[in-house]
Amino acid sequence: MAEATYPDDLLYHPEHDWARVDDDTATLGITWYAQDLLGEVVFFDPPDVGTTITAGESYAEVESVKAVSDVIAPLSGEIIEVNTALGDNPETINDDPYGEGWMVRIRLSDVSETESLMDAAAYAATLE
Amino acid sequence: MGAVSPGTLRRTPLFDRHEAAGAKLVPFAGWEMPVQYPAGIRAEHLAVRGATGVFDVSHMGQIETMGPGARDLLQRLLSNDVDRLSVGGAQYALLCHEGGGVLDDLFTYRLAPDHYLTVTNAANHDKDLAWFRHHAQGAEVLDAHDRYAMLAVQGPGAREIVQAMADAPLPARMNTAQRVLGGRSVLVCGTGYTGEDGVELLADPDHAGALWDEIVHRGAAPTGLAARDTLRLEVCFHLYGNDLTEERGPIEAGLGWACKEATGFIGAEAVHAAREAGPAQRLVPFRLTGPGIARQGNRIEGGGEVTSGTLSPSLEVGIGMAYVPTQRAAVGTELQIDVRGRVRSAVVAEKPLYRREEQETHG
Repeated sequence: MAEATYPDDLLYHPEHDWARVDDDTATLGITWYAQDLLGEVVFFDPPDVGTTITAGESYAEVESVKAVSDVIAPLSGEIIEVNTALGDNPETINDDPYGEGWMVRIRLSDVSETESLMDAAAYAATLE
Repeated sequence: MGAVSPGTLRRTPLFDRHEAAGAKLVPFAGWEMPVQYPAGIRAEHLAVRGATGVFDVSHMGQIETMGPGARDLLQRLLSNDVDRLSVGGAQYALLCHEGGGVLDDLFTYRLAPDHYLTVTNAANHDKDLAWFRHHAQGAEVLDAHDRYAMLAVQGPGAREIVQAMADAPLPARMNTAQRVLGGRSVLVCGTGYTGEDGVELLADPDHAGALWDEIVHRGAAPTGLAARDTLRLEVCFHLYGNDLTEERGPIEAGLGWACKEATGFIGAEAVHAAREAGPAQRLVPFRLTGPGIARQGNRIEGGGEVTSGTLSPSLEVGIGMAYVPTQRAAVGTELQIDVRGRVRSAVVAEKPLYRREEQETHG
């Protein structure tokens, strides 16, 4: 998508990652700003299901033609699903960062961590 | 690398056009340069392979060497044989120090019997200029950087676009000539850094904007430095600072063809010794055999390291160049590259990594 968008139903981490929380699970991805900064994503190397990830730490790598970037976990938990479709079509991360471009789903280890994340308005304000 | 505040970065005469076009502008060798336009690296890269792209390379420097001592100075500094460079010709050479390490890689154009123009890499320009002046003796050495804007028009359609603007036939590949393009006098050079046909244009900075506009209007796609890097890597052109450094010599870099030790250039003895003994490592092109992208600095099992690496937009696989032990430099040799802790398999490939014929044959 060409225009910057930050959906209201998501929570945001300052390292440009989003979380869609559903009870004790969350779907994670990178924000419009992050994919725009990267440019065309050409490679996504997902972690394995069962891996434990920690908020604020890298859980995956995403590569554009020019550079490789760490993907930072906005929340802690155990990976229960990975978006394997991104292996063949990593550019989906650019085309639909909040939809088909999701990266992993986790079972949260500490639901209270969600309180430390920003809403869309607060996140968008950090980009100005 | 120290932080550089935007205020200290230099801008080319085309900066406003890049900004208006929505380019991403990044610090590059002290300049604020367009790394890509909204079309994106892949589209820009493929435009140059399939049609025409235009690059602002005004960050590159120029040194003019003039006077009766010009030939002797260049023969002493440049690794190639300057006597083989005729008026209106172009020649690639290395600038080496006494130990044979590479200070820069350069194109020199002979404009008149005693008048040469050498194009430097932006990051090396001041160093090169000091080196030229230190050895100048009888020759006149001029810093011409501020007198030229430089555009590269590259791709199968490049010559047609530029020819339509010109008052006379364009110089052939590896030749140069002064031409009038759309009413402006421009030095047209049949050189480039993409593996495609095309020209490089050296123009008065005041004319650069109008020149750029007309070339774009005639159908060339503005192309940034990121695509310039993927284009050059597909055809295995060296990038100074990655594949060439002061710590490595031309022979191990595969540039022995650009060295004529009999001329006695600075560094010739070391280059000759390396040629005779054979280098311990050699720069080889490689392609990955599976997913992943190797990057500069990745180590290779058994010795050596990647000096350039990217995803090839034309081939859609990870490609690069690496210094490897000579006994493992043969085409077909399997390499295991440590890509940030994960071992990726690659194979030493033939140069260039990309050929047009190959693309047509295999779709």
